[in-house]
Amino acid sequence: MNAVVLRAGWRRGVIELRQSFTNGPDVVSHLLWPVLMLVVMYFLRESSFGASGLLLGTLALPSVLGMNAALGLVSLSQQLTYEREDGTLLRAKATPHGIQSYLVGKVVSVSGGLLADLAIFLVPGLLIVKGLDPGSASWAALLWVLALGMVATLPIGAVLGSVFPSARGQGLLQLPVIGMIAISGIFYPITALPEWVQWIAQVFPFYWLGLGMRSALLPDAAVAVEIGQSWRHLETAGVLVAWAVLGLLLAPVVLRGMARKESGSSVAERRDKALRRAM
Amino acid sequence: MSPGTTVLDVDGLRMRYGSTDVLHDVTFQARHGEVLALLGPNGAGKTTTIEILEGFRSRSAGRVQVLGADPADGGERWRARVGVVLQSWRDHGKWRVRELLAHLAAHYTAYTRPWDPDELIAAVGLTAHAAKKIKTLSGGQRRRLDVAIGIVGRPELLFLDEPTAAFDPAARHDFHELVRGLADDQHTTILLTTHDLAEAEKLADRIVILDGGRVIADGSAADLARGIAGEDEVRWVHEGRRHTHRAADSTAFARELFARHGAAVQELEVHRASLEQTYLALVRHAEQESR
Repeated sequence: MNAVVLRAGWRRGVIELRQSFTNGPDVVSHLLWPVLMLVVMYFLRESSFGASGLLLGTLALPSVLGMNAALGLVSLSQQLTYEREDGTLLRAKATPHGIQSYLVGKVVSVSGGLLADLAIFLVPGLLIVKGLDPGSASWAALLWVLALGMVATLPIGAVLGSVFPSARGQGLLQLPVIGMIAISGIFYPITALPEWVQWIAQVFPFYWLGLGMRSALLPDAAVAVEIGQSWRHLETAGVLVAWAVLGLLLAPVVLRGMARKESGSSVAERRDKALRRAM
Repeated sequence: MSPGTTVLDVDGLRMRYGSTDVLHDVTFQARHGEVLALLGPNGAGKTTTIEILEGFRSRSAGRVQVLGADPADGGERWRARVGVVLQSWRDHGKWRVRELLAHLAAHYTAYTRPWDPDELIAAVGLTAHAAKKIKTLSGGQRRRLDVAIGIVGRPELLFLDEPTAAFDPAARHDFHELVRGLADDQHTTILLTTHDLAEAEKLADRIVILDGGRVIADGSAADLARGIAGEDEVRWVHEGRRHTHRAADSTAFARELFARHGAAVQELEVHRASLEQTYLALVRHAEQESR
C-alpha cells in the first residue's frame, strides 16, 4: 500500500466522519446509545451489588464503555453490507487501489466515530456515577485495552460484513450480539452467572473489553467481584490478541473474495431483491 | 497509442452458468478511438460481455485482451487506464459532487494527470450542482456524474452499460453530445451497450449485434443496412397502374425507369432499407434459427 492510497483513504475516512456528525439521522444514531446508556447509569447509580458495597452504576459504567468499543464490530459490518448493496464497493473496485483506500477510510471513520461515541458517553457518565477511580495509570490501561480491543474486533466486523449476502441477513447479527452482551457481565457482574455461561462469555472479546475497562476505572477493591478476584491483564491481552490475529488473517482473504464477486449485475440483483421485499 | 491499434480483442468468448450457455463464441475487436455499440434485445448477453471486459466477472472460455492485458488479472495500473460507467449507481448519496470527484481523482495521480474536478464538472454541465449532495441530484444529473467519475482518470477506454436507459429525450440528446465529444476530442475508445437501435446508430462508428449470446452482425450502420436487409423499395404509378419493385441500388433503378418511360412515371416513392427493419429482421431470424 503506498502513500497515495493511505492519504486518499484517510481523506475518505475524515469526510465520512464529518458527514456522520452533520447528517440528521446519523447524528441521532451517534447519540442514541450513549444517551440510553446514560439513562441506565442514572437509574443504577444508587443500587448496590449484593453485600460487596459496590454500586451497580459504578461497575456498569466501565463495562458499558467496553461494550460500546466492541460494538464497532457491528457498525463496520453493517456499513460494509450496506455499501456493497448500494454499489459503493463496486465503485471502489472500478478505481485503481479503490478497495484499499475504501477500507482505510472505513477503519478511520468507524474508529473515529467510536472514539467520539465513547467520549459522548464517558464525560457525562463520570459526572453521574460516583466511586470511580480514574488516575493517570488507569488512563494508560484504558488506552491500551481500547486500542487492542479495536484491533481485535474491527477485522472480525469486516469479515462478518463480507459474508452476509444482504443487509437484511446482516440484521440477524444483532441477535447473537445482544445475547453476548447479556452474558458478558456488562450490566451485572459475571460472577453472578452459572459457571458454564461464564466460560462461553470468556471466549469472546466483549467480556474482556468490559473487564479491561473496569480494571482501568474502578478502585482496586472492586476486583473482589471478578472471576478469580483478579483483573487478569495477561489473559485480557492474550484473548484480544488471539482475536486480532484471527481477524487480521481472515479479513484480507474474505474481503478479497467478496470484492472479486462484485459486479454491476450482482448489485442490480440485490437491489431488485430488496425492492421486491419492500413491496 | 496510435490510431488503428486494437484496443479490445475478444476471441471465442464463452460464458456458462451451470448448464446454460449465455455467451457462445463471441468474437469482435475495437480499434483505438472507435465508438463501438454492443446492440441487442434484453437478455442477449450484453451486460455479461461488458462485465467480463471490465474485469468484474470471470469467463468460462475464450481469449480476451483489453489494452493488451487479460482483464481477469489486469492489476491497478491497467485499472487506471479503463473507465467504467455501470447501470444504476446509487452509492455515495451523502457525498457532495465536487468532494467525490476530487477524492476519486486522487487515486489516479500515480498513473496520469486526472481531470481537474472543477473543469470536469463544467464539462458535464454540473457546475451549478457542484456543492450539492449526490442523493439530491435528478436521474439525468446523476448519470452525468457517473460519466464524470468514469472519465476522471482520463481513461483510454471507456465502458458505458446502458447509459441512457430511463432518460427523457432532452437528457438523452445532451448525453449523446457528451459521449461524441469524448470520442472526437479526447480520442477515447468507447464500448457502450444499448438495446436502442437509434442510439447505436447515432453514437457508434461500428455496431456489433448480439442475440441469444451470439454475434449475429458486425459493421457500420450503413454496412448492416446494406448487407442484410439489403433492398430498397421503389413504388410508382405508370399509365394508371401502381407498381412496386425491390432493388439493391434504388437510385440506378429510378434512373433507368425515367430513361424508359420519361414523364409518364408518376408518384415516385423510394423507401430506403432502414436499419430498424434490418435489426428486427436479424433478431427474428436468429430466434428462428435457435428454435
